[in-house]
Amino acid sequence: MKIAVCIKRVPDMEGSFRIAPSGTAVDETGLKWDISDFDGYAVEAALQLTEKAGAGEVTVISLGTDVVQGTLRKALSMGCAKAVQLKCDQVPFDPFAIASALAAELQGGGYDLVMFGKMSIDSANGAVGLMVADILGLPMVHGCSKLDIASGKGTARREIEGGGELVSFPLPAVVSIDEGIARPRYPSLKGIMAAKKKPLEAKAAQLGPVRLTVVKMELPAARAAGRIIGEGAGAVPELVRLLQTEAKVI
Amino acid sequence: MPNILVVAETRGGEPRKVALEALAAARSLADQVGGAVHAILAGPPGMAAKAATLGAHGADVVAITEHAGLANYDAESMAALVAARVQGGEYRVVIFSASAQGKDLAPRTAAKLRSTLAGDVTSIVIDGDALVVTHPGYTGKVIQTLRLSGTPALVSVRPGAFTVTPVAKAGTVEQVALPSEPGASRVVTTETVLGDTRKLDLGEAPVIVSGGRGLKAPEHFKLVEDLAAAFGNAAVGATRAVTDEGWRPHSDQIGQTGRLVSPDLYVAVGISGAIQHLAGMRTSRCIVAINKDKEAPIFKVADYGIVGDVFEVVPALTAAVAEARKSH
Ligand SMILES: Cc1cc2nc3c(=O)[nH]c(=O)nc-3n(C[C@H](O)[C@H](O)[C@H](O)COP(=O)(O)OP(=O)(O)OC[C@H]3O[C@@H](n4cnc5c(N)ncnc54)[C@H](O)[C@@H]3O)c2cc1C
Ligand SMILES: Nc1ncnc2c1ncn2[C@@H]1O[C@H](COP(=O)(O)O)[C@@H](O)[C@H]1O
Repeated sequence: MKIAVCIKRVPDMEGSFRIAPSGTAVDETGLKWDISDFDGYAVEAALQLTEKAGAGEVTVISLGTDVVQGTLRKALSMGCAKAVQLKCDQVPFDPFAIASALAAELQGGGYDLVMFGKMSIDSANGAVGLMVADILGLPMVHGCSKLDIASGKGTARREIEGGGELVSFPLPAVVSIDEGIARPRYPSLKGIMAAKKKPLEAKAAQLGPVRLTVVKMELPAARAAGRIIGEGAGAVPELVRLLQTEAKVI
Repeated sequence: MPNILVVAETRGGEPRKVALEALAAARSLADQVGGAVHAILAGPPGMAAKAATLGAHGADVVAITEHAGLANYDAESMAALVAARVQGGEYRVVIFSASAQGKDLAPRTAAKLRSTLAGDVTSIVIDGDALVVTHPGYTGKVIQTLRLSGTPALVSVRPGAFTVTPVAKAGTVEQVALPSEPGASRVVTTETVLGDTRKLDLGEAPVIVSGGRGLKAPEHFKLVEDLAAAFGNAAVGATRAVTDEGWRPHSDQIGQTGRLVSPDLYVAVGISGAIQHLAGMRTSRCIVAINKDKEAPIFKVADYGIVGDVFEVVPALTAAVAEARKSH
């Protein structure tokens, strides 16, 4: 079983952000970077599938400048077999531009399963995986919280509003991963050593047209400072009064 | 013609509130450019009877597709239907809802049209031949203003970002056939596991009462449910700490990796207010927090906070809300 997982390098979301002087990006000083949350779940799920099958290998792909090589190495140290960097000067915001480049790499790669995160945690488009599936003409299940492959067929649970959906689909296919599947493992020391010798190929990204760009970034307006109106059940009448007369929600 | 197309989301044969919000966004754009609003209304037989609802919220033309196979969302046939409509008309903007369904449908449709998508937007302005939209990123910590070029411009609008606005329109109706059979989809749904469908959906409820680990045990969610019942128009949500424990289903989770909600009133019961939770609810109009720790971060965003034990405060609040609604 050949699996490809597309991973994005993103800053850690803890702490607060500052806007860079350009006004169109976050200030990168002091930020820690890692595999985007859902993409990490996808890597873990892919590794578990090959381990369970006792066969197959996982290739990780990331589009970006040379800094993504560190992100790819991390995935190799978790147990992925190969890595591909799709090189570009700047990662575009446009999901179709990214999807076109990933699809060009995936096309003809002979993968049984191509995996994505449900969304990247910085851009939060939630679009690239669905777009790649359409470009490749493959069936797609978006937002899987459970995933299994058996006798050449996939089954998954996908999260929908108010519940879940159990689905089955033929391979090759594309899936995107929601949380709930698996917490990503920490690379072992042995894994980190082994990763240094694993193949990491860099090639030029064939980006699609860029039609969606960031023209401004701002921090959201702060909510008015919170107000504590009292302590214990004794504060309830005042709360209800405020909800009726001030907030007008009762 | 600078028309605007809305993909009106339905569930169980009814247009959803998010569809009416998308219509409100479309109506103001159409009025700005002097165009008409068209809406796609697709669902099981009987759907046509709901066209008037869309007309009453600003649709000039409702394109109806009825098919038994559309009783539940079918991604592949819906994407084919929307793409065909977009190709056949000269639309300036196509608006989807950034609900679970719309988040699945919009990127598929965009790719079919070899177009891109501005997803989950909170405002839209037409600027010459481009669209300028705002989109929260970085778990809601950064607001990105995006410029989208190309016609038609595809966007999905965040639930709660646009206000439902009744605008009576005559609303002419067209019947449209489905270009591809739902049965032909490669992904087959074998089972749908729904929570209690009588419950209000988190995305549509005007009031949400949410519980956190401060409730200590699953059976204590009764307190939260009773308070929701006292409001009468409330849904029940939860934190990830709670859904991870299995006290509540994953579908109840609010936050970065759960549902994004913007109700009129959000009541946080025994919730600390971690950033990942705030990412899903901080745009609520009014936030109430009940927590015994006065330093809990939830109090920084709460309009009204009560420092206290949930087991004492919540029953008192439930009784007081029930009383207030009775005398109202
Ligand atoms: C990648 C990632 C994604 C995440 N996504 C989400 C998400 O989508 N949604 C989400 O909610 N979380 C998410 N989390 C988890 C988040 O970081 C917090 O761990 C979680 O929100 C905490 O839930 P809680 O407030 O219920 O529990 P706790 O943090 O344990 O807080 C419990 C609170 O209850 C109070 N309390 C205790 N007893 C009482 C009492 N008797 N009366 C009154 N108050 C009491 C305590 O003072 C405390 O403030 C995510 C985390 C990560 C790393
Ligand atoms: N630059 C990138 N390199 C590799 N994969 C990416 C990249 N950007 C997005 N993806 C993948 O596409 C998914 C959805 O991203 P997005 O549409 O930006 O939310 C992510 O979770 C990744 O799996």
